[in-house]
Amino acid sequence: MAKFILRRLLLLPLVAFGVTVLLFGLTQLLAPEMRASLYAKDPRQLDAVEEIIREHGLRDPLPKQYARWAAQVMRGELGYSETAKMPVMQAIKTYMPATMELAVSAMLGVLFFGLWLGTSSAVHKNKWQDQLSRVVAVTGYSLPIFVLGLLLLMVFYGKLGWFAPGRCSFATDSLIHSGEFKSYTGLLTLDALLNLNFSVFLDALRHLALPAATLCYGSMALLLRVTRSSMLEELGKDYVRTARAKGLDEKTVVNVHARRNALIPVITVATLQFVRLLGGVVITETIFAFPGIGRWGVLCAQQLDIAGVLGFALVTSLLFVLGNLLADLLYAAADPRIRLG
Amino acid sequence: MKNSRILRRILASRTSLAGALIIAFFALTALAAPLLAPPQNPQEPYQIPQSGYASEPAKPGPGHIFGTAEQQYDMFYGVVWGTRSAFKVGVTVTLAALLLGILAGVLAGYAGGWADEAIMRVTDVFLAFPGIVLSVVIVAMLGPGLPKVMLALAVVSWPSYARLVRGEVLSVKERDFVSAARAMGASHARILLRHILPHCLYPVIIIASLDIGAMVLVAASLSFLGLGAPPGYADWGQLIALSRNWILGSAGAPLAYWHTVVIPGAAISVFVLGWNLLGDAFRDILDPRQK
Repeated sequence: MAKFILRRLLLLPLVAFGVTVLLFGLTQLLAPEMRASLYAKDPRQLDAVEEIIREHGLRDPLPKQYARWAAQVMRGELGYSETAKMPVMQAIKTYMPATMELAVSAMLGVLFFGLWLGTSSAVHKNKWQDQLSRVVAVTGYSLPIFVLGLLLLMVFYGKLGWFAPGRCSFATDSLIHSGEFKSYTGLLTLDALLNLNFSVFLDALRHLALPAATLCYGSMALLLRVTRSSMLEELGKDYVRTARAKGLDEKTVVNVHARRNALIPVITVATLQFVRLLGGVVITETIFAFPGIGRWGVLCAQQLDIAGVLGFALVTSLLFVLGNLLADLLYAAADPRIRLG
Repeated sequence: MKNSRILRRILASRTSLAGALIIAFFALTALAAPLLAPPQNPQEPYQIPQSGYASEPAKPGPGHIFGTAEQQYDMFYGVVWGTRSAFKVGVTVTLAALLLGILAGVLAGYAGGWADEAIMRVTDVFLAFPGIVLSVVIVAMLGPGLPKVMLALAVVSWPSYARLVRGEVLSVKERDFVSAARAMGASHARILLRHILPHCLYPVIIIASLDIGAMVLVAASLSFLGLGAPPGYADWGQLIALSRNWILGSAGAPLAYWHTVVIPGAAISVFVLGWNLLGDAFRDILDPRQK
């Protein structure tokens, strides 16, 4: 186990090196003028692109350029994003909380509905509960996220007017920037509760509901199916029969005996699923005009904001790699029988 | 398991049969596209004809049985020729990624040592991103367009096939018949081509071909994000992107433009569903625990 963790940790810098080489290598497809924003600290510098090119040697051989850029990245200088109208590092800090809030809300839904439907379809195998959850799973991974999102918007925003796109209403937005509203975590729902401001809380929920539901529906299928097959496997084992023979009620047998053991593979899948939400976030945020990291990344790509695109890619990749590592570790930690080597 | 038995079991299950029928239906539509929706300009069949330039989409009705999208692009034409685009994108990308993956995987698995280590570390780097994020980055650098989206998808997808092939090669290479061939003095090329490859390609090719649906989905997402096919190109994702300004409907009729989302949305959903039904059945058959 220790050896496995050590190897994974030792490989991290190597992966980080590879990721930066790949991304920086890709930027070389563009003319130096396009890449200048990678080195700018404020927008005024971008008026004198030629100066940046000369100062940072953007026409030098690739290894030289890479070394200079990498040193700068280590210091947290990722350039200036014209799309966000702020330095890339600041843009990441600004947009990340919204993405986290969206991903965490969607994940709570995935866990709740995935475990519930998965358990119930295993307990009622081939009954209507099982068929229903089968339909949920199959439509979940066949219905593209952007189709589902647009349909939800059409019905719940266009027709019913219950929810709205964006992250909050104008009133809430001006309140947040007025100084009366303290931002503790950057997560709007949590901050609203900490400020004891329930109207902001409701407003935040109203804007979070549709994108979170979209993301949740698309990601739930896998967890649901894994829970189902894992539960089926456990329910067929001897200890479950023993528990039933002892006269335990079915609820205890299912929820306490079988599900505890069935959760082991589910933990890994759930962590991986959370990491995968990062990909789904890109499309969901764009549809719902939700100001997170994914929508910013897409805007940067559309507007050839290279510093922004690179910053977006770096931060997503960092989260992705760490999340995958965490999934492996949790898998080992949850089951003492597993020895990774 | 024998290859022919796998195929027979796939066709024996009801869901996978449904999947196969759905895909066959789309394949026929793609083949018959010039008959179903004759192009106005045979030089550019993928350009959707416009009737007028009004921006407001028209409802389904005579003349436009699926209605029109923004800018009066005929929806029926777009959906039919979009089927061709989907197969073109799915098959090309899968083939390209598969070839790259097989090449890298065979090299890593057969050569072993530092070549294996190096290739696997390269796949680590490519797998350090959610697929769609790396595709977005690549398309941002190359510029938008369907050919570039296809290139980006191939670049993003080869590493998982490389890993799969490598695993297969590693296990086959230790089998007795390979040792026997080696003992008889067969060359590396002969051992690889005659003895190892035929044994490991089959599952990889099936898994890859079932990924066609997923590839089409990602390509459509990129078109939807405005990074893929240009407006007016017969591509499902692009058609759906045209609906984004019309989700609110018109005054008094909130769902007036439902068809702009539902029709191309249904096309792509059913297409992906077909591949998923087929893929699920296959995975069940290969999974020894689910007997």
